[in-house]
Amino acid sequence: MAVARRPRKSSRRAGSKPFPPGSYPAVIIGSGPGALQISYFLGRLGVGHAVLSADPAPGGMFREFPLYQRLNTWSKPYPPVTPRSRHYAWYDWNSLLVDDPKHQAIVPEFMKGESYFPTRAEMEKTLSAFVDRSRVRVRYGCRWETTARDGGGFVLGTSDGEYGCRIAVLAVGMAEPWKPQIPGIDQIPHYAQARPSRQYAGRRVLILGKRTSAFEMADSLLPWCRTIILVSPRPTLLAINSHSTAGVRARHLVPYEDHILGGGVFMLDGATSRIEQTAKGYRVYASGTTRPGDFVFDVDTVVAATGWTMPLRDLRALGLATISQDRIPALRPFWESTTVPGLFFAGAATQGAVGLRKHGVPSNSGGIGGFRHNARVLARYLAETHFGVSVPRAALAAGDVIPYLLSEVTHAAELWNQRSYLGRVVSFDQRRGILDEGILPLQHFVDTSGPDAVAIVLETDQSGDHHPAVYLRRDGRITEHVLASDPLHNFETGEHTRQLTALLHGLL
Amino acid sequence: MATREELIDLLAGLALFADLTRPQLEAVVHSLEEEYFAEGQRVLRQGLSGSNLYIILDGEAAVQIDGKQRTTLGKGDFFGEISVLLGEPPNADVVAVRSMRCLVLAATQVEPFLLAYPHITFRMLQAEARRVRTTSVWR
Repeated sequence: MAVARRPRKSSRRAGSKPFPPGSYPAVIIGSGPGALQISYFLGRLGVGHAVLSADPAPGGMFREFPLYQRLNTWSKPYPPVTPRSRHYAWYDWNSLLVDDPKHQAIVPEFMKGESYFPTRAEMEKTLSAFVDRSRVRVRYGCRWETTARDGGGFVLGTSDGEYGCRIAVLAVGMAEPWKPQIPGIDQIPHYAQARPSRQYAGRRVLILGKRTSAFEMADSLLPWCRTIILVSPRPTLLAINSHSTAGVRARHLVPYEDHILGGGVFMLDGATSRIEQTAKGYRVYASGTTRPGDFVFDVDTVVAATGWTMPLRDLRALGLATISQDRIPALRPFWESTTVPGLFFAGAATQGAVGLRKHGVPSNSGGIGGFRHNARVLARYLAETHFGVSVPRAALAAGDVIPYLLSEVTHAAELWNQRSYLGRVVSFDQRRGILDEGILPLQHFVDTSGPDAVAIVLETDQSGDHHPAVYLRRDGRITEHVLASDPLHNFETGEHTRQLTALLHGLL
Repeated sequence: MATREELIDLLAGLALFADLTRPQLEAVVHSLEEEYFAEGQRVLRQGLSGSNLYIILDGEAAVQIDGKQRTTLGKGDFFGEISVLLGEPPNADVVAVRSMRCLVLAATQVEPFLLAYPHITFRMLQAEARRVRTTSVWR
């Protein structure tokens, strides 16, 4: 790998900025929650790295979005477990994870208590506080521009100069507005450019899209607009039907009810073919997808709530494979590019690793609740596999294994936030004894060999029932065992103990 | 990588979707998820429940039972449907033998999808009939 990196003139003006251009073991790009979380955990493991961000301050997308202010992920002030305990993370999806109990569950500290959904501003303040308290350092105002391979690593060209690294971790978020190719769509704003809701007073508004941002906007416009029409090719997917966060969350469903009851909101399944500007506004042409027929809408305003994409820059030229209509990198279970070795992702991009998609439920990595756990797992994986750090495994007494596994699947946020994706793994080795291998991607566990071991995960079946699933590796062969569900989600019962004891017979 | 427009064009060229209008193809592209598998990655796992329906857009996969290869699948082929329709774990592994791009339909969505697009259902039945015929010829 080349050693000397060229600083640009601008870097000399940067004064006391951390991480001047040069070579680092790892470089993280971004200063949103994904970047901050992976930097924190790499730092805890002693892995040297630089953090670079084009932004002037931490926060990532939360510096601007959600546009209509509140998130759709909970931080519950009165949880059924002790606040600031490890298991509280399941009741607080928005706080980044830290090892020091004093700094855990930081988001509720900044909330006013009017809702268990924090506002955008509260999230932004929280992330600044996280940076201060955890002492994560970022070189702000340093824009990543180019990427090149250099031996076994990379050279990242930035606005401040070149950075060499063995491992690059991109945490730049789903931050760029994305529009499909529709004639005339360049005349209308994206959701990211939408105005405060009162400025749409008395208007007929058509929103292209029926996913989260479309519903969030429609919800905000309800008291102001004469008519709201939402159009997109596929029918609305609701989280309560998909049994996952893949779908519109109930928090934004008032427009859906208005549509069902016929109150002036219309949700139509149609493929938009053309948008024309008229003297009074816009004319939108669409064709029905789930029922035949053509639509022509005359409205005052059209907004494209058509989603987001990652700023992948020149990575495609490096061979990066993508999914989701070329918007998200295709990733392996430990969030490494499927096609560019050494290129890892953190934050919302980690949804590019979907896992086993059991019963249709993909990984829950599009939001902090899920990707914060990914960051902890990724940091350990990078430290052990690329930087020679040995992370000790805790030994378990034979009598503790069953209660420990059942406690984990009942309470652990890693397993609840990342159903079917992350599991608690315990290995059984005659020489090393019984060891807690930590939290690992289930896909990695079932697709790799190793000593006899058990992984326990939480799964949700087609009926919506949550239940523990046990994956047992004996003599290199994996078997799956689904344990009973429980209406109160208590998997620490005598029946579960009996079932798991029988499965682990001969290993304890 | 494939943009939305490229995916629609890809689908239009597959027998399974040959009877759909362009707006319907657009809806299908939005209803199904896209996945990419590198050579050697497993897609379906023999004996593990909760799998989904896959349609190959590009690439090739091997069907393996107890580690022994039985057949290969390529562009336009689909797999996982028997497991989904019968609610049973797959009886074979499906492994990418070269990089492969698929569309995925969650098991929970298969019934409403097939009812919404009867032409696709009919094409799938035809493909199943060919598979049964081929199996009969082997015997």
